Amino acid sequence: MAIAVRNLTKFYGQEKAVDNISFDVNTGEILGFLGPNGAGKTTTMKIITCYLPPSGGTVEVDGLSIVNDSLAVRRKIGYLPELNPLYLDMNVLEYLEYSAQLHGLDAPAIRSRMREMIDVCGIGDVRHKDIGELSKGYRQRVGLAQAMIHDPEVLILDEPTSGLDPNQIVEIRNLIRQLGRAKTVILSTHILSEVQATCDRVVIIHEGKIVADGTLEQLQQNFRGAETVTLELKADVANAMTDLVPRLQTVPQVESVEYSGSDGASHRFILRAVNGSDIREALFRQAIAEGWLLLEMSRRTTSLEEVFHRLTTTEDVAEHS
Amino acid sequence: MENALTLHQLSGSARNIGTIFRKELRSYFNSAVAYVVIVVFLAIVGWFHTSNLFLMNIASLRLLFEVVPIVFLFVIPAITMRLLAEEKKTGTIELLATKPLSDAEVVLGKFLAAWALIAAALLPTLIYYLTIAMLGTVDNGPIIGGYLGLLLLAGVFVAVGLLASSFTDNQIVAFIVGFLMVFAFYMLDKVLMYVPGWMTSIVEYLGADFHFSNIARGVIDSRDIVYFLSVLGFTLFLSVVSLERRKW
Repeated sequence: MAIAVRNLTKFYGQEKAVDNISFDVNTGEILGFLGPNGAGKTTTMKIITCYLPPSGGTVEVDGLSIVNDSLAVRRKIGYLPELNPLYLDMNVLEYLEYSAQLHGLDAPAIRSRMREMIDVCGIGDVRHKDIGELSKGYRQRVGLAQAMIHDPEVLILDEPTSGLDPNQIVEIRNLIRQLGRAKTVILSTHILSEVQATCDRVVIIHEGKIVADGTLEQLQQNFRGAETVTLELKADVANAMTDLVPRLQTVPQVESVEYSGSDGASHRFILRAVNGSDIREALFRQAIAEGWLLLEMSRRTTSLEEVFHRLTTTEDVAEHS
Repeated sequence: MENALTLHQLSGSARNIGTIFRKELRSYFNSAVAYVVIVVFLAIVGWFHTSNLFLMNIASLRLLFEVVPIVFLFVIPAITMRLLAEEKKTGTIELLATKPLSDAEVVLGKFLAAWALIAAALLPTLIYYLTIAMLGTVDNGPIIGGYLGLLLLAGVFVAVGLLASSFTDNQIVAFIVGFLMVFAFYMLDKVLMYVPGWMTSIVEYLGADFHFSNIARGVIDSRDIVYFLSVLGFTLFLSVVSLERRKW
């Protein structure tokens, strides 16, 4: 049950919300759809679920076009919209039954699926309550139960953990992980740790364009180049800039050295290594050879947060800030 | 094969419409809406019907059939205002629109539910018929025609109210717009003196009360039936178009 998005574009009036994006979701994969608010995640999901038509490009779910085979596509998809809209005046059982009926399930199937979903989503205790009386965490579970009531092959979850407290977030993530084993899942979020906790692959979208697509390891690898080592050492020299920096530059694999200040005899530097190699050992040997006293040395690998931040910050904004 | 497929689709459509219909009707009766509507409706209609009945001293429901359309003007927009506006406001329309059913099925199911609620409110007025039948000889033609006319009129008003509800996500706006539209429909044949001569017959034909009065006299003319059904069908079609506006 693969999803293929090709050159998808969406205009709202003059405004381009999604700009010529293409990506695939493979069967059985949990794809994290990551981007800041307003990046075009929700719009893309609304198009895949056949709520909005694309302005250009195509989306195919298992080879079926969302435009020409809309009903067939909708049968295959379970959808949890943003903000999880629910009928607050219905009780949980009524609502699940209604959802199942709308998916055309027959009576025995409805009963067995409802039992299963209530069990899996842990909403047995509240099944006779009106949805309006439920806490946010329970509502989210009801929303998930609704999305999966017809045992869809594809699950599309738009910010499934937004507005939940940390405990509820963990519960819902576990639920998604557990359910996602047998399904193709697209999950949107603007929280990076969510992707780290639940997803196999991530597509990062920014201002309607895809800026990265790959596994978390691949992303981290690709942006390794910016890895830095912070160094503080004590050396009796007249001028750190002229005396120490050239010496540090001679260490193998060091790309650049930045002097960031002195405090008496201790001097601080930030060193950048050539494409992600570890220069700490070489630095240590150099310090011994030069007779410097090493006070501090720490390596900072690029965190995913930084990768995300760099990818989703507009160039001109970055320059000004 | 092709016939079998269409038949299959038809039964699927009927099932979807039925699902929406039952859900809407249940939410009317689960909330206070249905009971308030029925009680208010019966109280107003009952008052106007009985207060002059003995003055007139005729065993007919003419007064009833005169006052009910006016009560419809207020009651029907009130029960239709939430049908689509609420789904848009809360975002549940997105759930509905991503389920495997068509917008037309959604509109029809909701229309039938509100229509059924009005029919349910009308049902207890049959008691008036029974009491009058005990008091004197009743001419059944106008009664049957009157009820048929009321149902058709209610159908048109419900369709118009539903259309108003599809325009907005604000229930108050939906009520006011719905009221203005059914009011215009109702008044059309009462403003003929302000209309240029060559237009009078057109305007009169478009007025809902003109056709209702015809049927309520006990004369069931196919032209009046065609009028109601075509207005109803066209209005429902506009509601579907209005719902699909998001796709433009």
